[in-house]
Amino acid sequence: MPFIPHTETDVKQMLASIGVNDIEALFDEIPAELRIGLLDKVPAGLNEMEMSRLMHVRASGPQPLCFIGAGAYEHHIPAAIWEIVTRGEFYSAYTPYQAEASQGTLQLIYEYQTMMAHLTGMEASNASLYDGASGLAEAVLMAVRANRKSKSKRILMPASVNPTYRSVVQTIVENQGITLELVDYQLDAGCIDVASLPADPGDVAALVIPQPNFFGVLEDVNALTDWAHVHGLLVIAVVNPTSLALLTPPGEWGEQGADVVCGEGQPLGVPLAGGGPYFGFMCCNLKHVRQMPGRIVGRTVDADGKPGFALTLQAREQHIRRSKATSNICTNQGLVVAAATIYMTLLGAQGLNRVANSSHQNTQNLAAQLNAIDGVTMAFASPTFHEFVIKLDGVSAEDVLGALMADGVLGGFNLNADYPALGEAILVCATETKTAADIAAYRDALSRVMSRLKGGAA
Amino acid sequence: MSNEMKRNINSQNINGHQDGVIFEKSHSGRTNACQSPRESSASRVIPASLLRESPPLLPEVSEMQAVRHFTRLSQKNFSIDTHFYPLGSCTMKYNPRACNTLAMLPGFLNYHPLAPVETGQGFMSCLYELQEILKEVTGMKEVSLTPMAGAQGEFAGMAMIRAYHDARGDTARCEVICPDAAHGTNPATAVMCGYKVKEIPTRADGDIDIEALKEVIGPQTAGIMLTNPSTVGVFERRITEIAKIVHDAGGLLYYDGANLNAILGKVRPGDMGFDVIHMNLHKTFSTPHGGGGPGAGPVGVSERLIPFLPVPMVGYDGDQYHWLTKKDRPQSIGRLSAFAGNAGVLMRAYIYARLLGREGMPRIAEYSTLNANYMMVELQKKGFDLAFPSRRATHEFIVTLKRQAKTLDVSAMDFAKRLLDYGYHAPTTYFPLLVPECFLIEPTETEDKDTLDGFIDAMAKIQSEAETQADMVKAAPYTLPARRLDDVRAARELDIVWKPGEQTR
Ligand SMILES: Cc1ncc(COP(=O)(O)O)c(C=O)c1O
Repeated sequence: MPFIPHTETDVKQMLASIGVNDIEALFDEIPAELRIGLLDKVPAGLNEMEMSRLMHVRASGPQPLCFIGAGAYEHHIPAAIWEIVTRGEFYSAYTPYQAEASQGTLQLIYEYQTMMAHLTGMEASNASLYDGASGLAEAVLMAVRANRKSKSKRILMPASVNPTYRSVVQTIVENQGITLELVDYQLDAGCIDVASLPADPGDVAALVIPQPNFFGVLEDVNALTDWAHVHGLLVIAVVNPTSLALLTPPGEWGEQGADVVCGEGQPLGVPLAGGGPYFGFMCCNLKHVRQMPGRIVGRTVDADGKPGFALTLQAREQHIRRSKATSNICTNQGLVVAAATIYMTLLGAQGLNRVANSSHQNTQNLAAQLNAIDGVTMAFASPTFHEFVIKLDGVSAEDVLGALMADGVLGGFNLNADYPALGEAILVCATETKTAADIAAYRDALSRVMSRLKGGAA
Repeated sequence: MSNEMKRNINSQNINGHQDGVIFEKSHSGRTNACQSPRESSASRVIPASLLRESPPLLPEVSEMQAVRHFTRLSQKNFSIDTHFYPLGSCTMKYNPRACNTLAMLPGFLNYHPLAPVETGQGFMSCLYELQEILKEVTGMKEVSLTPMAGAQGEFAGMAMIRAYHDARGDTARCEVICPDAAHGTNPATAVMCGYKVKEIPTRADGDIDIEALKEVIGPQTAGIMLTNPSTVGVFERRITEIAKIVHDAGGLLYYDGANLNAILGKVRPGDMGFDVIHMNLHKTFSTPHGGGGPGAGPVGVSERLIPFLPVPMVGYDGDQYHWLTKKDRPQSIGRLSAFAGNAGVLMRAYIYARLLGREGMPRIAEYSTLNANYMMVELQKKGFDLAFPSRRATHEFIVTLKRQAKTLDVSAMDFAKRLLDYGYHAPTTYFPLLVPECFLIEPTETEDKDTLDGFIDAMAKIQSEAETQADMVKAAPYTLPARRLDDVRAARELDIVWKPGEQTR
């Protein structure tokens, strides 16, 4: 029997010990009318060889050259990472409730917290949330709790924040009466105009600031942060962790720095894998740490006075506080955090900086080459990190992306549905994984497609 | 070796410098050129005001140092692969290696979540088939895979219940009922969905107090959150009656699927009258727990909640698999994640389900129940007190150490720590909260009889140690990488981020 070790002798002895004749008798408390027969619609079992064959077929689809980012980024993942992460001692452990038997996981999380705090310029980090989008929702809930100056449940949410994140936040916070008020972006610059923010926003709990924003554009985070703090709003930074090797950490934004920092951890050594598992990170300063959701590991000493690690500040969590907890989160994304920790360790500050810089330079290069194609223009004049938006003249983004795919290139993310005001626009990303030849291949494909489609349309 | 000797060896740090935090092994200027991209010129377009002034403090170690450090850390963990791990409510069963290997095929790992579905049909077909399998296993009408853990599934479920009442203009329902035995995520979730929580007691026989339910239920009730088998390890026998009471009051029933392992292929939440359920695939469908996650908490619903399911879901038109979004499901509660949830976890669960097949599913329930009942009876024979002695165990059961705590001053926590010295991970302690000094023990179907016997013997030995040398038990463990940790100090002298200049030793 798959994964069941019992021999007939075992079963006989165990049943005799219990004092029943067969296993069926152990289900005698379940009302008979509820019992079911075979699960007809579940296929019959396969053995490992058969399953392996099936999965190899299913995994053998096309492998196009991918220039899509939009929240999930292709980076090189050092070989050591997933070899270590999938060691049974990490892979098959539970949440570290028994600290003495979980020092490995606990110390790793402490090291992770340290790395994230240094990367974001904050004093504290939790042990992870589910992903970047749900993490932003938790950050919004946290900011509403943590803003002592305001009882408001209003949040200023820029339209330049990833639209999917905005919709996830909406789903998660709306039942608590929290409202999201959109802050517009400048159509030519692709970022928020600080000067257009209201002189008196009224009572608002927090402003969300994306850096880079969904268009890849860099926001004027210093001015935005100061504006928010002057008006009594907390600042929620939603950032790309790779970019922080290059860009000002949120803890240093403006005069006082951001209050809550969150984002998607996937770029740190986590494969694209069709969308998950990734992880959400969250950092804050110590004055707000008791409002933070999720697990936190602390260093302490054991009975012999030796240093050791344990879960701490658990009075924030659902298993202690139940209906008064800061969040309902229990299981988080532990193993993925292990991957990120090893990633940051292997790369160090210099390696991460090279990843960020190389992605940035490849993007600059690609943008310049696409810009030279007839009918393609840059949507925004602002500096970007590792994504940019192109506008297409006289052709539809959908047709262009479809034609590129037929040429083996995934040309980017179609912005039509989320940003109709931009017209036919595509969000394009190039990370360090793209070579000069890859970039040329995209340029050539796009220029073929443009002339074909435009020619056809004329 | 006596415990005294073991203690002495352990208290001398035999591993010297190797045990510090990674930052203490770091030396400025050490890099891993092989893992990093080549150097490129600095940006000329990013304004200086947006650039970082000093590099972040990350470790500077060699690849080998990193590999050794994290490998050694892993060795300080108990895990299913190394130890019996009978953590009640958590279903720590063997995680088949094939599930990992096959979910990590490059074709799946390199698939961008926003890539056109035409390029990911194999991947999508697995998710679609998993939806179908989970529907059949739970008896629900439709399944959405997107919630990323049990608690997020709970959120989706309660948000759907709210959306359902709201859609009918039935907006005065502001309360959710939870038994006192409920997992902490249940009341926490209800509050996140804007509800007040009403708690009802559990009777001495482990079933819910139906009279108390009748008292609190009313037109203000949005629904009830139940686990069946419940968190006390027994099957709620009057579930059909409970369902009728709740439905008659206009409320809906939420099923916390943490304990689905016990009834897989035997009874289905859909047939019990539940309107919405979550499953913990990291429990029942054996995806790894990873030292705290990731999990996956798909939700299944009855007919009336179908329109409200969270998106995206996977649809199939007979020709192609595609994502169902808010466009297809305008009444959906919306999205819960940036993409499609913990897809890689779903892939592992799918592979596991196919390896088991229809004939393998009921066996899970059978052998996990056999193991639990065997352990329960044997522990009772050794003199341990059961919390619900008149009941059959499901896949788990509760031993209460209240007597030992009172007469010997040895608590459930002390037993738990001493078990670690014997090489067994402790069962769940102090949950559910209503049973004093409890051990919630869940062996799972993948453990053999010898292992169960070994655990039972260890419990008996600890009992006699508790009778003759209580102080020794109370100071356990002795043989682990750390002795008992000072939790009070951890919270009072908060040290959650390492700072340069600090010394671990
Ligand atoms: C009974 C019960 N309900 C809910 C949960 C929450 O599930 P998760 O940790 O996947 O969020 C758990 C387990 O942790 C549980 O045991």
